[in-house]
Amino acid sequence: MEVVVQITFGVIAVFILVAAAMVVSVRNVIHAALWLIACFFGVGALYMLLEAEFLAVVQVLIYVGAVSVLILFAIMLTRQITGEGVRQLTNRWPVVLAIATLLFATVLAPTLINQQWNVPPAPPLGTPEPIAGPAELGRGFVNEFLIQFQVVGVLLTVALIGAIVIAYEERARRRKVLTLAEELELKRLREQTSPTVPAPVEAEPVVQESRSASER
Amino acid sequence: MLNAVPLPAVLTLAAALFCIGLFGALSRRNLIGVLMGVELMLNAVNINLVAFWRYFEARYITGQTFAIFIIAVAAAEAAVGLAMVIAVYRHYVTVQADEIDRLRG
Amino acid sequence: MDWLTILIIVIQCFVITLAVTTAFAYLTLFERRILARLQNRVGPNRAGPAGLLQPAADAVKLFFKEDIVPAMADKPVYLLAPAVAVIPALIIWAVIPFGCLNLNWDYQACYDPARTNLWNILQITDLNIGVLYVLAVTSIGVYGITLAGWASNNKYSMLGGIRSSAQLISYELALGCAVLSVVMTYGTLSTHEIVTQQQGGLWGIIPQLLGFVLYMIAATAEVVRAPFDLVEAEQELTGGYNTEYGSMKFALFFMAEYIKLIAVSALAVTFFFGGWHFPGLDILGREVTALAGPVAGSIVFGIVSLGAFLLKVVVFLFISVWVRASWPRLRYDRLMDLGWKWLLPVGLLNLVYTTVVIILIPDRVVHSWVLFGLGAITIAIAIGFNRTPKPIDNVTLVKDIQLPN
Repeated sequence: MEVVVQITFGVIAVFILVAAAMVVSVRNVIHAALWLIACFFGVGALYMLLEAEFLAVVQVLIYVGAVSVLILFAIMLTRQITGEGVRQLTNRWPVVLAIATLLFATVLAPTLINQQWNVPPAPPLGTPEPIAGPAELGRGFVNEFLIQFQVVGVLLTVALIGAIVIAYEERARRRKVLTLAEELELKRLREQTSPTVPAPVEAEPVVQESRSASER
Repeated sequence: MLNAVPLPAVLTLAAALFCIGLFGALSRRNLIGVLMGVELMLNAVNINLVAFWRYFEARYITGQTFAIFIIAVAAAEAAVGLAMVIAVYRHYVTVQADEIDRLRG
Repeated sequence: MDWLTILIIVIQCFVITLAVTTAFAYLTLFERRILARLQNRVGPNRAGPAGLLQPAADAVKLFFKEDIVPAMADKPVYLLAPAVAVIPALIIWAVIPFGCLNLNWDYQACYDPARTNLWNILQITDLNIGVLYVLAVTSIGVYGITLAGWASNNKYSMLGGIRSSAQLISYELALGCAVLSVVMTYGTLSTHEIVTQQQGGLWGIIPQLLGFVLYMIAATAEVVRAPFDLVEAEQELTGGYNTEYGSMKFALFFMAEYIKLIAVSALAVTFFFGGWHFPGLDILGREVTALAGPVAGSIVFGIVSLGAFLLKVVVFLFISVWVRASWPRLRYDRLMDLGWKWLLPVGLLNLVYTTVVIILIPDRVVHSWVLFGLGAITIAIAIGFNRTPKPIDNVTLVKDIQLPN
């Protein structure tokens, strides 16, 4: 049984690290986002192995289901960045790589491995260990952590409103996309009035007020 | 799990994930790539919290609660960050971090 | 966990996967026949007796079609997308209780909320976070469509993919609100326990009438079915995200869609229509146990409960086909309007109702009916509001175009 757990942990760990390395190194940003999703799944599996089922499902629900979709959406809305030809790393990437590697190899890993952790001994196999599940978490959120819970609620609301305010584009400033019929009609009108003026009409903002006025 | 995998193994995995995320956040040109690196770092922190919770005090909820709050904050961060990316793209028509170097619009 | 248990789980998974894919094949036939009837046609009736071999003929045709990958497509993602679409549709079945066949030969254990002495073979696993698992799996269902749209390198596919991700994200919130109010009503996240608590005729639709209406609308949008199938609007998008897909890869998308439809119908039955409960089921179990012993009693109980569950699911599927035949497709801005300005606020309101009423009135029957009344009133008011005329939509007519000078 222990060997099975060890092999599972090893597979999950390698999966997480490979996926994370692909996230930071792949050229195509959409592929990077897909590797990020894979990495989130790996972390969810690790939570499952650590017997935090609620957290594992929340990880899939929020990171995979919401955050990654947002990232994919943002990539699709900002074009011209997925191309293979675009340089994806800054000039200083070797320095950053050296810093990150040194941080891991000389500071983090030795400290973590040499530290005496004093982990309490696990109960012998077969005896059920009391583990806090979703019911205890729910109780904690309405008793012990009530204020923090409320603050996170406020934070999420603020973030929601803030995201809308930041990304909002006024109707009046939006570039209008014309249908084919409208384009043809415009072309005809332009030829009738002044055949010499090459006006790039689509690029100019069409003000909302004038349109609604013309409808009435 | 407790007997099979020692705590330092999990912590080292989290540290490696954190360093990879750090590299991504600092060296990607693309703003969305930077955000992805930050998400990796947050995940590494969460792995640490859950591991400490599991190995030291599985009967209490503090570790898991902390991780859930971090996930909530990360979701808020992603929403605002990506909204900013879109606003920046609309203004500069690029999302490469080193091309956005003007102080005035 | 001994080998026998693992073997039984593997067999369960195989049986359910096969059953679900067969159900998908015959659902297509069912839908085509019913649609034909509703439109005064005959429908496919040539292949086999009464057209029963039509799904096999379709499958053979799709198998032998040429498999094309567009030259400019992003090949790995293009090939990955159909699999990503099908997997969530299949793994969602792991927590749905089809019935209760207790292998410990005691049908009474099915009603026991503590779940001691229960080894239910008609449900793969009874997670204590089952409902959350369902929400998580539906939330990853969006990837198949989005990735297919992006990887095809085709503007129609791309538009379909973007539309789908926006639509699915919007309606997931309403779906989550509806499901969470059910969870609040029963105080558990386990699907088996939700079914157990609906014993005695007080089905979930009574306390959660509003939740049921929200769930049905949001779930129909979530499985991108008519009238919310803008993702694949033929008139606008020549087929949507799967424009560039052919042969078996197209069949996988088709399969994912229909399996998801069956899954949300099964979940609606589980949450709102008593799952495998049927009037007189416990009397049947008691009588057969008295007559022929506990083994026969639990087997008969299991088979009858499975039959009751499937019957209810078929009724839901029929309603879904009926809706498809009756309603025209929504316009895209109306769709977003409905999701964000109606379903989400009403869903939050429903959460508030559920909390307040359950805390104020501890008695189960009374608070169920109070919630039923509140839900009915809210639905009436919401429909009444929606009847007020809308301002003229922002459409520029060709005759109104002015030349900007």
